[in-house]
Amino acid sequence: MKHKWAMAIDMDRCTGCGACVVACVAENNTPTAGEEEAGKGRLMQWLRVSRFWKKEGEETRAIFVPTPCMHCEKAPCEIVCPVYATYHDEDDHLNAMVYNRCIGTRYCANNCPYSVRVFNWWPAKWEKPLDEQLNPDLSVRSRGVMEKCTYCIQRIRRGKETAIKEGRKIRDGEVMPACAQTCPPGAIIFGDLLDPESEISRTVKDTRLFKLMEHLGTEPSTVYLKKQKGPGR
Amino acid sequence: MNERNHLARQGEGKLYEELSRSNLVTTKAWYRAAGILFAVTAGAAGVFFYMMATGIGVTGLSRPVMWGTMIILFVFWIGLSHSGTLISAILRITRAGWRAPVLRGAEAMTVFALMVGGLFPLMHLGRNWRFYYMIPYPNDRLLWPNFRSPLLWDMVAIGTYLTGSILFLYFGMIPDLAVARDFSTGWRKKLYTILAAGFRGTHSEWRRYHVASTLFAVLIIPVAVSVHSIVSWDFAMAMVPGWHSTIFAPYFVAGAIYSGIAGVITVMAFLRRVFRLENFLTERHFDNLGKLLLTMTLVWGYFYFAEFLTTWYSRLPEDWALISSYGGHFLPLFILMLTCNFLIPLPALCLSKVRRSVPAILAVSLVVNVGMLAERALIVVPSLARRNDPSIWLNYFPTWVEISFIVGSITLFSLLYVIFAKLFPVMAISDIKEHLFRTTDRAVGGAVVPSVAEEDEGEGK
Repeated sequence: MKHKWAMAIDMDRCTGCGACVVACVAENNTPTAGEEEAGKGRLMQWLRVSRFWKKEGEETRAIFVPTPCMHCEKAPCEIVCPVYATYHDEDDHLNAMVYNRCIGTRYCANNCPYSVRVFNWWPAKWEKPLDEQLNPDLSVRSRGVMEKCTYCIQRIRRGKETAIKEGRKIRDGEVMPACAQTCPPGAIIFGDLLDPESEISRTVKDTRLFKLMEHLGTEPSTVYLKKQKGPGR
Repeated sequence: MNERNHLARQGEGKLYEELSRSNLVTTKAWYRAAGILFAVTAGAAGVFFYMMATGIGVTGLSRPVMWGTMIILFVFWIGLSHSGTLISAILRITRAGWRAPVLRGAEAMTVFALMVGGLFPLMHLGRNWRFYYMIPYPNDRLLWPNFRSPLLWDMVAIGTYLTGSILFLYFGMIPDLAVARDFSTGWRKKLYTILAAGFRGTHSEWRRYHVASTLFAVLIIPVAVSVHSIVSWDFAMAMVPGWHSTIFAPYFVAGAIYSGIAGVITVMAFLRRVFRLENFLTERHFDNLGKLLLTMTLVWGYFYFAEFLTTWYSRLPEDWALISSYGGHFLPLFILMLTCNFLIPLPALCLSKVRRSVPAILAVSLVVNVGMLAERALIVVPSLARRNDPSIWLNYFPTWVEISFIVGSITLFSLLYVIFAKLFPVMAISDIKEHLFRTTDRAVGGAVVPSVAEEDEGEGK
């Protein structure tokens, strides 16, 4: 069964609360870095909320851009990995990552224009009692490997398995990554682009649609909906 | 009357004694030097094992700056390695009369700098113990490395160059090893007997040797050029502002030759001082190498200007953010690079007084190498520190771990060289002899000047 998973982030709805980041950390067994390491740029979060300041007349406004992996169709990270640790999953159109194969050249991270790949600088650790909430559905990555957002591949797998068991197609909204599930204003929309009836298929027809750094030609699967201007906004 | 011109006529033993003094007596000073170098290198190796055991977190690297000192050192040492074989090959092909004493030292420099440089990409891996995943070895899962990755091209290129350079060095050494065999005793005799591969110096052996060394020299040049192009493609193939530039390959090759010539001069100055080779490595050699260095200063300056100009003119926002950082956080590095690579060497090397004075030109070459290290740092780090997304911009500074790698790489290189100089003829004896035989002193008016007879090309040769 083929899918083309995609995500749309509605900037109109995003408040920059960071719930998606917390959900992602909890779901994906992302190790905690600690304050000092975070200051050195060693946060292991797969999804970050980039903050930009925009001056509009007298006012300066903050713009929040939640940035997960873009799951590019023409992904720059894939071609530069010397050992095929990161590759294109043709069935689900994901940028998959084989942690066991990764030797940590960090070339993929350099070549990723969105800088969304994170590296395991230290052996993974969780302060008590965080270690008790580890998700049994996926592995804890070893030190020295690259990791990244997978669109919660464990949830995608479970959805596919359930659908096969019940002899049907995956329903729209059945598979949902942790960030989309958690987002309070529902700014993150996730689904299968090959399903013409899905919410994501409708969303990508929106005129507000834009992609990050589209001129680089990476054809990202994560897209954004522009903030609207004018009265009432 | 010039004494050295008569050495050739006193038999090879005398010449060997003169040129490879180091091979004959092992002094206390040698043990002391080698001991210190070994201790420092072992310390740096210890730091590496500490890093391997703890994690790459002990370096100063971070999310945007994923490559740092180890990659800088990699590019620097591979660059330094560049000139030895290249200079040697070019001088052989062009039959530069003054080349003989420079060859061996330069070729050995290439081999050792490559060995040192080749270590760093392996050291910088997150899981260094799994480096063999990059080698296309047959395995149960039919997994192959990714031949689209410039890192793999790198590995292949460096492997080829290292093999080629070692062969080039060894091949050029065979006649000298034969001389050493004839004039040594004990375990050295055994070693040289094996390495000299039965070379007796017959006419046909020499003829084949000359043909083969010309062939070798011609073949090694494209390899040398391609290796540094490929090192530059590690960067140029990446979609990183400031790296993604077509000028990178020639620019890297020019930079490599530049730092390589400075390296050759440094090595030559030390050899001359340590092994008392003042008779062979004359001021003329340093003058000529100085002229080469001056040429490369200008070439490097031109490339740098050209690269800068296109960025400045187009003002693409992402490129411009990078160039602006040269005036901001990276200003000290930028000033260091510009001063050491251009502002000091250019006027200094224009003066024949500087070129002809060994301490002065040694100082200039050391300055150039400091500048080239800064240049490599300026290529690797700011591009990553000022990525496309300003929200994660971060600066980078090496930690003590990485600084110990810088020191360790220099001592490892010196250690390899010191051991080499102890074991093998450090000067190209046969080449020097050939040159000396052609040189005679002639009286011109009241003065005595050396004159060189050139071989005729053509039949009967």
